[in-house]
Amino acid sequence: MTTDDPAVRCTGLRYAFGDTVAVGGIDLVVRTGEIFGLLGPNGAGKTTTIRAITTLLPVPRGIVRVFDLDVARRKIAVRRLIGYVPQLLSADGALTGRENVALFARLFDVPRRERAARVADVIDAMGLTEAADRQTKTYSGGMVRRLELAQALVSAPRLLILDEPTIGLDPVARTGVWERIAEVRRQTGMTVLVTTHYMEEAEGACDRVALMHRGLIRAVGSPGELIDSLGGDGAATLDDVFRAYTGDEWTDQTKGFRHVQQTRRTASRLG
Amino acid sequence: MSSRLAALRPGWADPLLATPRLVLSRVSTMCLVELQKIRRDRTELFTRAVQPSLWLVVFGTTFTKLQTIPTGDVPYLDFLAPGVIAQSSLMISIFYGIQIIWDRDAGILAKLMVTPTPRAALVTGKAFAAGIRALVQALVVIVLALLLGVAVTGNPLRLLGVAVVVVLGAAFFCCLSIVIAGLVLSRDRMMGIGQAIMMPLFFASNALYPVALMPGWLQAINHVNPLSYQVEALRGLLIGTPARLGLDFAVLVGSAAVSVAVAASLLGRIAK
Repeated sequence: MTTDDPAVRCTGLRYAFGDTVAVGGIDLVVRTGEIFGLLGPNGAGKTTTIRAITTLLPVPRGIVRVFDLDVARRKIAVRRLIGYVPQLLSADGALTGRENVALFARLFDVPRRERAARVADVIDAMGLTEAADRQTKTYSGGMVRRLELAQALVSAPRLLILDEPTIGLDPVARTGVWERIAEVRRQTGMTVLVTTHYMEEAEGACDRVALMHRGLIRAVGSPGELIDSLGGDGAATLDDVFRAYTGDEWTDQTKGFRHVQQTRRTASRLG
Repeated sequence: MSSRLAALRPGWADPLLATPRLVLSRVSTMCLVELQKIRRDRTELFTRAVQPSLWLVVFGTTFTKLQTIPTGDVPYLDFLAPGVIAQSSLMISIFYGIQIIWDRDAGILAKLMVTPTPRAALVTGKAFAAGIRALVQALVVIVLALLLGVAVTGNPLRLLGVAVVVVLGAAFFCCLSIVIAGLVLSRDRMMGIGQAIMMPLFFASNALYPVALMPGWLQAINHVNPLSYQVEALRGLLIGTPARLGLDFAVLVGSAAVSVAVAASLLGRIAK
């Protein structure tokens, strides 16, 4: 593991749920220190890719490496490097904000003598100090997302992975989350891998993006490069790039009843 | 935003704990979280105390007067109290599978599984957390039993043994519940199955009546029912009836270990 290794390298990653191919043999490199956006509509295969990278799913075909560690063989070591925020709002409502973050400090073996200070630091960094000792069931959706960022950051990971971090949030909360992500990268140099289907957000926040559609990566580059590749007067957007590379509309693909249930549950928890 | 964020020492440089320390660390973390939740939800302690109280106060005192269940020199209420402790710990832990499914649906399980925690350590942590909750419940039942005049031992070593037995039993039933959750994968089905197996486990044990009174087929089930070994150990430790404590502890430790291993192997299926 050297500093020159890419943060993530997927080679021929393929994953199928029964007969449904979710990820169809992708090659992907996330460079160390960049904010990388994995973009695509619901059902494009983004979350399955993320779940393979985070060791949540096995890697039946292909190779996935995180800082040159094979995720299929070095699961615990890989998890040590990762801070993960899942798509669903996942803070424990029965605990306070501080307890939620302290839980992850303990699970990542943050030394006892540093624990309280580190928990306080990340809570402060996410602007939650005043609410830290309230149960998180009283938090707004935006506050829960910031708390989850604090949970993911408390172990000072090398790679921060965020799965649809702004889904279901109002525009102000969405902006707040992106500002925090940018600030974390600026202050720590951490690599950030983020999935989203909000093209305009990715355009402003990501150094590079990959457009994913029906389990395949159709284009990779900086938002500017991809927009320039269309030619024209520069008024194009990433939406236009997506249409040009896939020949398809930006529509959601069916993900099944469970996904719909989860999305509704998230919306319900957000209020 | 605090500039202190930049000064965070990289967590990935922290040494990875050796496996036994890691398991101990995860178990203590999960138990601490459970205690934090119990502290804030005292209502649940009272609501959960209703059913064991009814068993002791209504069923226990009535059948003590009727003297229809032969329990030798031991009053029926004394005989029943350890069974009620075991039953209340069973009731608490058998629904942990639902909590795991809820954690999955809320994204909490995925997040826990991306921490540097082996799945067996995660399951062991949950199992002991169930044990902590069962222990609090057992305390309530013991206090109630004392108020009703049950001759509960005051020997601290025996009481420590009671605590260990309660935790081991709860750990086994919690893991059994996670195993069922891993097979059925839905909260509704889990709720139905939990209800369906709880009473048969209870009635096919020595919690309510001596084994000698059971028909042969029920005695056979009783012999493979870990709840019976838990009740026997609790009864022996708490009120001093004859018990095969070595066998009881061996069965409880063995069944807890096997169920942790099976539940851990199914955790990935639940999280998928």
